[in-house]
Amino acid sequence: MLQIKDLIYTVKPGQGSYDDHDHEIIRGLDLTVETGRLVVVTGPNGGGKSTTAKLVMGIEQPTGGTITFDGTDVTHMPIDERARLGIGYGFQQPAKFQGMKVGKLIRIASGEKLSGAACNRFLTSVGLCSADYLMRDVDKSLSGGELKRIEIATVLARNPKLAIFDEPEAGIDLWSFERLCETFEELHHKEPDHTIVIISHQERIMALADDIVVIEDGRVVRQGPRDEVYPTLGFGKNVDPSCAFTREKNVDFGAAEAAARAAVAASTRNEE
Amino acid sequence: MESTANTLIPQAPAQAAPGERDTVLKQAELDQISRDMLGVIADMGEDTPGAINIRANGCLAARTNSENIRIETKADKPGIDIRVAPHTKGEQVHIPVVLTETGENDMVYNDFYIGEGADVYIVAGCGIHNDGDCASEHDGIHTFYLEPNSHVVYVEKHYGEGDGTGERILNPTTEVHMQEGSSMEMEMDQIKGVSSTVRTTRGELAADCRLTVVEKLMTHGDQTAESDLDFVMDGDGSSVRVVSRSVARDRSRQLFQPVVTGNASCRGHVQCDAIIMDHAQVKSVPAIDARSTEAQLVHEAAIGKIAGDAIVKLETLGLTEEEAEEQILEDFLS
Ligand SMILES: Nc1ncnc2c1ncn2[C@@H]1O[C@H](COP(=O)(O)OP(=O)(O)O)[C@@H](O)[C@H]1O
Ligand SMILES: [Mg+2]
Repeated sequence: MLQIKDLIYTVKPGQGSYDDHDHEIIRGLDLTVETGRLVVVTGPNGGGKSTTAKLVMGIEQPTGGTITFDGTDVTHMPIDERARLGIGYGFQQPAKFQGMKVGKLIRIASGEKLSGAACNRFLTSVGLCSADYLMRDVDKSLSGGELKRIEIATVLARNPKLAIFDEPEAGIDLWSFERLCETFEELHHKEPDHTIVIISHQERIMALADDIVVIEDGRVVRQGPRDEVYPTLGFGKNVDPSCAFTREKNVDFGAAEAAARAAVAASTRNEE
Repeated sequence: MESTANTLIPQAPAQAAPGERDTVLKQAELDQISRDMLGVIADMGEDTPGAINIRANGCLAARTNSENIRIETKADKPGIDIRVAPHTKGEQVHIPVVLTETGENDMVYNDFYIGEGADVYIVAGCGIHNDGDCASEHDGIHTFYLEPNSHVVYVEKHYGEGDGTGERILNPTTEVHMQEGSSMEMEMDQIKGVSSTVRTTRGELAADCRLTVVEKLMTHGDQTAESDLDFVMDGDGSSVRVVSRSVARDRSRQLFQPVVTGNASCRGHVQCDAIIMDHAQVKSVPAIDARSTEAQLVHEAAIGKIAGDAIVKLETLGLTEEEAEEQILEDFLS
């Protein structure tokens, strides 16, 4: 179980702030994610989703509040220790490595001496279906969508108890996206004790969720079972979701989802 | 055939050259240190045909020739001539050098004559193990003569180790003369432990030649490394690509001066990437010199610290910060 209590993250001038003011980016965020759930976190751009994920992974240090994972207070724990505890994060913006082969990165992620075939299975599960990828460098010679899928594959290979994927759909073509959704679904069923958190704006991904969490302006503004939260999001109504999250909407969920599924093709947009 | 390839039976050199002691070490005399170091600098395949020459502490330690590749000791100065018969295919040449005695100063001239249309893989390496407190030095001057349409893959590995305070100095010079249609890929690694090095690499290319040079270097402690590369393309249709990757740690200093000159319709590309750490210094001064309107020359040089996001990514996969750094450096230089 992941428990976030009264989380605060402020950037100060000289510590990353873009101007000479303090910016409170996460403003007293409370969130509990039960073990074994598949949770989709959504909300407008700039709401603080990635920052929250980075605070959970230990990439950023909170100004206040606590983060507890499976009973252990991890608030001030280094990244690698959290990783060994079972927290994993697929970056919104993947890192590049000069000279590192895709196959090697997957092996490092898995912590095992995986065979080429085993590495390939992880790549196939994110829609990278050519064995040639294993010997490619994880650098600028790969497209944004390829890098993104390799990033996701590293988290799958690591198979953490808590996997956080940050906008996995970004930059990915429709076919790979569909394959990816199936992979998340399979993972959720195959590992009932593992928790999956997906930060996403995609209706197709929300359809996989047990729970939906809406983060806006540095706080959780809504949280609950998918069937309760989804209808409030305003999908299928041709509204800009970024304006609609906090507004109650009486949307017929079934119709909205059908419309959303049909719209996946149009909406798998490149956000990078 | 005089001897089957790679049996490593020591053979007496034809005659002792001045400066080369006329002792022949038995293979058994290559002590464990040398063997370990040989493993690092030359990976000798078991069943690959070809020729081998092992030089240890200034002496010939072992040699084998193949039908197509003959190695002979030079008569006038220390070193060997390696002659590859025209149209030889799929053979290898391994000529490792090992220095384990402190205070050695070893200087050799190795000339490679690559016959027309031949295609060979050549591995040269020098390992210095210096436990003493005197400087050990090996200066190898390797000259390649590539006849038309020949192809050479040349791998050179340099490696120093030992607990002594004695410096480990390597000053390799590599010179390539390429005739029409020949091609060469050079891969030069200085893995670690070399106190001081001045590397000189020169090449001249006739028409339709292709030369790729990949140089990898790591310095630490107070080491210094200088690499001067100078390639001249004289013939139409030729190309040179230089890729240099280096890591400078601690207080070490590196200087790169690659120069590519185009005198004809040709293409040249120089790319230097360096990772700088601690209190090191890296200076890169690439130069391109076009003397024909048809010469297309490009250079790129970048020096920077290890990418922070790459370290963080590896930490999220369970590596400590130190392990992540080492991994990134290893791959950068791989
Ligand atoms: N170092 C920083 N300095 C100032 N603002 C920042 C910094 N890091 C993030 N932010 C801001 O915090 C907000 C939340 O960002 P983020 O967590 O990436 O949002 P989301 O993932 O929900 O789109 C954004 O407005 C972003 O610009
Ligand atoms: Mg984000």
